[in-house]
Amino acid sequence: MRAFEYASPATKDQAVQLLGKAWDDAAPLAGGTDLLALMKDDIFSPKRLVNIKELKELRGIVAGPRQLRIGALTTIQELADHPQVRQRYPAIAHAAEEIAGPQIRNMGTIGGNLCQRPRCWYYRAGFGLLPKDEAGESLVPSGDNRYHAILGNGGPAYFVSPSSLAPVLIALGSTVRLYGPEGKRDLALEKFFRIPQSDADREHDLRSNEIVTDIIVPAATGLKTAFYEIRQKEAMDWPLALAAVALRVEAGKVSSARVLMGHVAPIPWRSEEAEQALIGKAISEEAAQSAADAAVSKATSLGRNRYKIQLARVAVKRAILQAGRGGVR
Amino acid sequence: MADYKWPEAEKRTHLGKSISRIDGADKVSGRAKYTYDINRPGMLYGKVVRSKYARAKIVSIDTSAAEKMAGVKAVHVIIEPGSEIRWAGEEIVAVAAVDEPTAEDAARAIKIKYEKLAHNVIDTDPKAVGDNARPPSEQTVGDADKAFKEAEVTVEGFYGLTSITHCCLESHGSITEWEGDKNLLVHISTQAVSQIAGQLAGPLETPAGNIRVKQDHIGGGFGSKFGPDRWDITGARLSKKAGGKPVKIMLERDAELMVAGMRPPAYARVKLGAMKDGRVVAWESESWSSGGLGGGGSPPIPYVFVVPNQKRKHTAIATNVGSARAWRAPAHPQACLITMGALEDLAAKLNMDPYDLFLKNIDLTGARADVYREEMKIAADLIGWKAKWHPRGDKNAGPVKRGLGLSIHTWGGGGHASDCDITIQPDGSVEVKMGTQDLGVGTRTALRIVAADTFAIPLDSVNVLIGDNRYPASGGSGGSTTIGGISASTRRGSLDALDALFAKVAPSLGAQPADLEAFQGTIRVKSDPSKSVTWKQACAKIGATPITVRGKNPGPGTLTSSGVGGVQMADVSVDVETGIVKINKIVAVQDCGLVVNKKLAESQCYGALIMGVAYSLYEEKVMDVKTGRMLNPNMEFYKLAGIADIGELVVHMMTGKGYDERGVIGLGEPPVVSPGAVISNAVANAIGVRVPTLPLTPDRVLEALEKKGGTNNASI
Repeated sequence: MRAFEYASPATKDQAVQLLGKAWDDAAPLAGGTDLLALMKDDIFSPKRLVNIKELKELRGIVAGPRQLRIGALTTIQELADHPQVRQRYPAIAHAAEEIAGPQIRNMGTIGGNLCQRPRCWYYRAGFGLLPKDEAGESLVPSGDNRYHAILGNGGPAYFVSPSSLAPVLIALGSTVRLYGPEGKRDLALEKFFRIPQSDADREHDLRSNEIVTDIIVPAATGLKTAFYEIRQKEAMDWPLALAAVALRVEAGKVSSARVLMGHVAPIPWRSEEAEQALIGKAISEEAAQSAADAAVSKATSLGRNRYKIQLARVAVKRAILQAGRGGVR
Repeated sequence: MADYKWPEAEKRTHLGKSISRIDGADKVSGRAKYTYDINRPGMLYGKVVRSKYARAKIVSIDTSAAEKMAGVKAVHVIIEPGSEIRWAGEEIVAVAAVDEPTAEDAARAIKIKYEKLAHNVIDTDPKAVGDNARPPSEQTVGDADKAFKEAEVTVEGFYGLTSITHCCLESHGSITEWEGDKNLLVHISTQAVSQIAGQLAGPLETPAGNIRVKQDHIGGGFGSKFGPDRWDITGARLSKKAGGKPVKIMLERDAELMVAGMRPPAYARVKLGAMKDGRVVAWESESWSSGGLGGGGSPPIPYVFVVPNQKRKHTAIATNVGSARAWRAPAHPQACLITMGALEDLAAKLNMDPYDLFLKNIDLTGARADVYREEMKIAADLIGWKAKWHPRGDKNAGPVKRGLGLSIHTWGGGGHASDCDITIQPDGSVEVKMGTQDLGVGTRTALRIVAADTFAIPLDSVNVLIGDNRYPASGGSGGSTTIGGISASTRRGSLDALDALFAKVAPSLGAQPADLEAFQGTIRVKSDPSKSVTWKQACAKIGATPITVRGKNPGPGTLTSSGVGGVQMADVSVDVETGIVKINKIVAVQDCGLVVNKKLAESQCYGALIMGVAYSLYEEKVMDVKTGRMLNPNMEFYKLAGIADIGELVVHMMTGKGYDERGVIGLGEPPVVSPGAVISNAVANAIGVRVPTLPLTPDRVLEALEKKGGTNNASI
């Protein structure tokens, strides 16, 4: 790890002042489960670390009647264990408790889960977020892309968004609150993620001197939600595909639907095709299957990742059926 | 002269019992110090600059900036300009500095210019690698062509295992320091405490006798830690340049996975010829393998079953990948999957229960056929084979299919050469000193058991000293030779020491030394057991100078021998919509001659099964064709099994008559041979189609199902 300066501000105003104009100037340190690994691997070496763990206003969960406010420093385990989250937003709790293992869940934060960098093995080997060989040609389409994107994979980005919480939070219509030198900025969480088009871009709509302060989730009353994750190992493993759904059912028919997939595209992938396929139908095997088929109708293989199309389809189908059962896994 | 044999079952006091590891508490509490934990006064940290290219010529190396950095104490060029890099991660330059960050900064400051050369990291297909595929070798046994003509049924299949790494949880490395100009002290993570000095002597131009090697505990080796590595020798050179200061070089995780160990892959197309009753008459195989630049030898196929007519062709592929090292039961897991997979496929084609097909052919296994028969019966009972087995393809509704698989394996495991010193002190305490190591055998515990059992004294009366090459030399821990070697030499030495003690005690008991025996903490007269003294009283007769006796293996009497058989069975579930395989249960029935410590023997088997689950389902050294780099040199994407992934593991050790009289035989390797085959066979039984290549990842499982025209896109 390269030498860095360490700052531990007492307020969020101090914190954002200590962050820099360029990404390499400074980085906020919360749980550090991703940041420190990036630094050890010399993938990202900020000159200064700004410890934000002392910012008490970024902590805690407030479950009000109209919304849930999750402070960015809330640990993943705190989120998974929170009684009101478990009761009112079971799909969020489910997504949280599936993440990695106890060590990561106890250190990793919600803000960090949303802002962590992609796990693309070319990126992690130092070939860049849009990894290229010395001739400038992307390494992914001709390389080993077994874990890469099946949607939104027209290039130049091929990695998959690594957040397991973002899909379910977006399915629930969440907002992310950012804070920078000019004050706060609210964004629909869906708009927070974007597919980089050049080396200058990042995968988040976040400026180098901003921090995530809160996630605001609207009340989920009456919504049927579910989260379904497919991964190979029982713990300490990245999902191969996951789905989160939030459905409103009126008079036995789906009246509104949000269908999100994770780990399949450079951003949490919302499938309007699947949503349209569900609307107006009762939740059934057939409806779930056709929505699942619709969800991957535009998916393409990069060569080694065709199986992920099937996994995404299964995840969507199982999530819909689970939601239909009232979230029973 | 002592009668050099193991005691009869009824006379054993500690031998063969279930006894907990004597250093278990030290290990779980962190008191046990591994090489990684060793920090020496004034120690420097060494870092190695590694090649980012798989093959290249080094044009120039500029170390000037690094040498000028504050805190940098030594720089050593390992590969001179003009030389060729052979694989990504190869060592080029090393630095030693006062702390780790400074060493890393210095390593980054070294400028190396390369001239890139064409490389090959493909080992999956000899047709895709041009000249890197060596001309094939061919072998025949009997008349395969004739036998295939006469065969009533033939079956063809393809089987493979990707290359994997050793992934030692304690990475490779050492702390080296010169004491004066002449003597070198080496703390090293090694499987061969007594062999390291001899191997360092040449490259360091230092007499082996001047090199002291120490290691208390090791965090895994699996065959990858027999010799000093280039980084260890480099550490010694850096230490010399830094005036003898200790230099610590322990590999980072990425280097550990890239260059410090690789199990060669193996792929084979197999054709089997058989009669309708299941008798196998002919084998034909075309196989390929790679072990790095040297290519790779053929696994011993057909495995265990000596098919009377064989035609085999093998191609070695040269790759620019860190060289293969012995991986726990070298070549056996590969041979086992290829052979047992083909037999299971034959059984499916004949619509036979593979249990019956294996039994039908069991005499082809030779000398241990009866052992296998007995073990198969026990394994079948433990897993409920007859009740649970179904013909290939679980017909139950729902996406999760269940299946059973079986496999058999063999190994040698005769004890290696071993010397030890057994000392009986006048106060009754006993010491065993041996230049061996505990690679997981539970060496300290085993030595204590053998000595205490021989002297008929409590276990804690025996102090065991190992892990230092100043103790009598014992073999490296490889080939499952440790337990046989160390227990035999300790038994012989203890018997001789006991004889020496009898000679001192006999006059006071008015008996001949030959008429004495050790019994429950006493020395007594065999012909008149009422005449006895306590162990302590007996030892008081020794006088001021303790008895020290050298125990040796090999030596008189059959205390160790070679050759074991094992049977395993697995019960798995496969989600045919996701391709995810879960282990329900694995049963391992294993013989290893006389068991020294039942608990540790079982523990070896559990460990082997866990390692087996990992290489069957998760582990793969993923090489990038274009860049020649390993893509998963980390613990995120180089996946190992976690506790929740391993299912229920059941171990049954074969002991008693027919086993004990063969003496102590090694156990580290045999139980890791079959897991790949049993899991692959169980998956085939569950889903109705062979998934050809390990690890059985979702992509491979789904691809096999799709080729079968099966359930890939099926509804739930």
